[in-house]
Amino acid sequence: MSQLLAVLIDGITYSSWLFIIAVGLTLIYGVMKILNIAHGSLYAIGAYTAASIAGHWLAEGYAPMGSYAMILLSAVLVGLIAGPLIERGLLRFMYGRDEIVLVLVTYAVFLILEDFVKLVWGVDPYFLFQPYGLLGNFDIGGLTYPNYNLVLFGAALLIGGALYWGLTKTRQGKILIAVIHDREMAGALGVNVGRVYLVTFTIGAMLGALGGALTAPMISVQPGIGVEVIVLAFAVVVIGGLGSLTGAALGAIIVGLVRSAAVHYLPEVELFSIYLVMAAVLILRPKGMFSAAEARKI
Amino acid sequence: MAAILEARAVNRNFGAVTAAADINVAIERDTVVGLIGSNGAGKTTFLNMVTGYLKPTSGSIHFENREITALDPRRITRLGICRSFQIPQLFDTLSVYDNLLVGVGIVASAGRRWAGGAALGGTPDEAVATMLQRFRLEPYRDRAAGLLPEGVRKLLDIAMAMVVRPRVLLLDEPTSGVSADEKFELMDMVMDAVRAQSITVLFVEHDMEIVKRYTHRVLAFAEGRIIADGEPAAVLDDAEVRRHVIGEALQVSHGGTHAAG
Amino acid sequence: MKRDRTVAMLGYALVILLLAGPFAPRWAMFLTNIALCYGIAVLGMMLLMRTGLVSFGHGLYFCLGAYAAGTLEMLFGVSDMALMLLAATVLSGVVAAILGLLLRKYREIFFAMLSLAFSMILYGLLVKSSSLGSSDGFNVTARTLFGFNLANAPYERYVIYAITVICAFAAAVAIHKYLASHNGRLAGAIRDNELRVEYMGASVRNTIHVNYIISAVLAGLGGALAGISVGHVDPVMAYWTTSGEFVFIAILAGTGNVLAPFLGAAIFETIRSFAYEYSPNTWQMTLGITMLVVIMFLPGGVWSLFARARKAA
Repeated sequence: MSQLLAVLIDGITYSSWLFIIAVGLTLIYGVMKILNIAHGSLYAIGAYTAASIAGHWLAEGYAPMGSYAMILLSAVLVGLIAGPLIERGLLRFMYGRDEIVLVLVTYAVFLILEDFVKLVWGVDPYFLFQPYGLLGNFDIGGLTYPNYNLVLFGAALLIGGALYWGLTKTRQGKILIAVIHDREMAGALGVNVGRVYLVTFTIGAMLGALGGALTAPMISVQPGIGVEVIVLAFAVVVIGGLGSLTGAALGAIIVGLVRSAAVHYLPEVELFSIYLVMAAVLILRPKGMFSAAEARKI
Repeated sequence: MAAILEARAVNRNFGAVTAAADINVAIERDTVVGLIGSNGAGKTTFLNMVTGYLKPTSGSIHFENREITALDPRRITRLGICRSFQIPQLFDTLSVYDNLLVGVGIVASAGRRWAGGAALGGTPDEAVATMLQRFRLEPYRDRAAGLLPEGVRKLLDIAMAMVVRPRVLLLDEPTSGVSADEKFELMDMVMDAVRAQSITVLFVEHDMEIVKRYTHRVLAFAEGRIIADGEPAAVLDDAEVRRHVIGEALQVSHGGTHAAG
Repeated sequence: MKRDRTVAMLGYALVILLLAGPFAPRWAMFLTNIALCYGIAVLGMMLLMRTGLVSFGHGLYFCLGAYAAGTLEMLFGVSDMALMLLAATVLSGVVAAILGLLLRKYREIFFAMLSLAFSMILYGLLVKSSSLGSSDGFNVTARTLFGFNLANAPYERYVIYAITVICAFAAAVAIHKYLASHNGRLAGAIRDNELRVEYMGASVRNTIHVNYIISAVLAGLGGALAGISVGHVDPVMAYWTTSGEFVFIAILAGTGNVLAPFLGAAIFETIRSFAYEYSPNTWQMTLGITMLVVIMFLPGGVWSLFARARKAA
């Protein structure tokens, strides 16, 4: 029984983490039809920036609780700087070309940013474990977990809720949805599609960076962390349906629980179980579980 | 009288929309049949069902006494029913020559499994040369299909349909998008090529002059039904046809009449 | 005639590479060797791209081929290079025939993602298999070639190199002829307009399936040769970054001619080796910038420069 509980809690924690790292990717794909491989490096840059800023904050002896604000600030900063830079500085010249070409462009950006990280922060790992342990632990069913897991869970709910509210209840959000469904038509109706793209990409970048920033206290921040995360994010997003917010949530839950079960019961299949689910979903429901309906082309 | 193509009680619904209702028609060999009707009348739906793109909701379609209702477009093409498209469907990065050569090659590699009509004869290169000549495409031989003028794209599209040995050729608005003075030239070329290969032709058209000049028989569609079926002059004069297809206010004079919609 | 020129150029390359081998410095021969292995794999990518598909998971076959070659000794006590290559190509072909049944229905992003998923499944499996060395992989030695002693012989390096050169030549000539044949034209037609291909009586999916199998066999051959040349295989060969490198080289080189993948692989390996040596923290950046430049200004890849120069000449 306690093992089942462990699976559940680990699963929910992992799912929360997955949702946070994947939601920005699915948002960008939904609106711009770009599968942003550079999302992985934004994650990494978010982690490094958090390690630096929050690390500096703590080193200077300021209020430890402020480190969480610093983590958040890092993500916002990275998003606000990297987002417009990449979108306005590069991507916007590529719109109209094949989907695959845009993926390759983001792949090139990914390669560039991977080395950018090494140039700015060096190759030695950074640590930011103070915010992780600061909140203490909680006990449940005889098991002890850090309260930081609750932070992840809460963050995932908040982000999901905020995006859902933003997309469905605000005017800007509805414009975004219009662009998701038919960018040409939206443009013809007077929507500034260029600005929508800029805003979307920036938000997506911020979310990617936030994923990294929130993860920084849990890992050793070093070169290459983005490489693994991006494929996980792909798996989540594909399972849930590219471009679907609900899908990202469901995909995160499924992948999180599957992986947690694997880790506890059958560790040999841990890695490949995720991609097996991804392949299975692609085979059975190619568009994922919740993708937007597409009109037939001819 | 052996009908080469037959539709029996064919219906097609898209939810609440009836695109085809009780279509019964038998097409005779080596005839030229025009399909007229305003947009949404069911002509293209009929074409799509014959070529396997759509399945009828009920009823059956027969080709040379063989039922083809459930077959896919590829198999139907191999049996000998080929079509051209309203918006030319070409291989834009390939040369005009290669566009045709692909078709010739497909037929050649299928060998005996190709049931379709008479071969063009000769080596693949000779077959392509023949087709280039028939449609006066030689000047564009080595140009990429994507760089052709619109009228030439139409011609190539039709040539490609003819190169895969059709016994029945379905043309979807062959002269749409073609300038008024080139329309007759295009249809003359097509009809010459058709006669050379002994093909039964059905074509969808909005230009009544073309219909009058080239068809033996006209089928008029409206709201998914065939409302008139017979010789061109009779059908075009029919009261129902005038109401649903041609439009009543227009007086027939010179310059041709175009269908409403 | 352009066609003859390609085969002629391939012939010259074959002769020059074989003759220059013994006289070139060790590192040059090794670099060329690896570049050729990658080039063979990218040749497969090129065929797929000419059919309109980009695979983000060809590392699957590269790795399968390498591991097939490597495990032959462990499983059957066989360690002849020729048999290793045979096993690699057969295994890749069989797996591609099976996976191709699924993949042939997908296009664009979904094809890329599904192929990625399959390669990551293999990666996940290998990393957790201790009998295969887990993430460390294991060493591979080809002890004989057609029965003749190979391992530790003074000519070992050269023979492996020579076999790689010959395989690359054979693969290039074969694909060149294939692309010039009806099937090659059909691939381009599929890439341009699948609908029309079906309406002209050919099966799009069958052609895609066949081309997918061919591309997999090539990747498997490249992987086996790489494993034997380096003497080691590991799961990273199936990781998405390896597949990404194949895509990168294919874009860099262009798909205009069978020589292009080898040219691209040579450039890639050169950048990788030298940049890594002199500036290990910027070689990926260099690659990324190169890719952007090629995508933006040279959509036909580096090969299009050659083609233009030839037209001007």
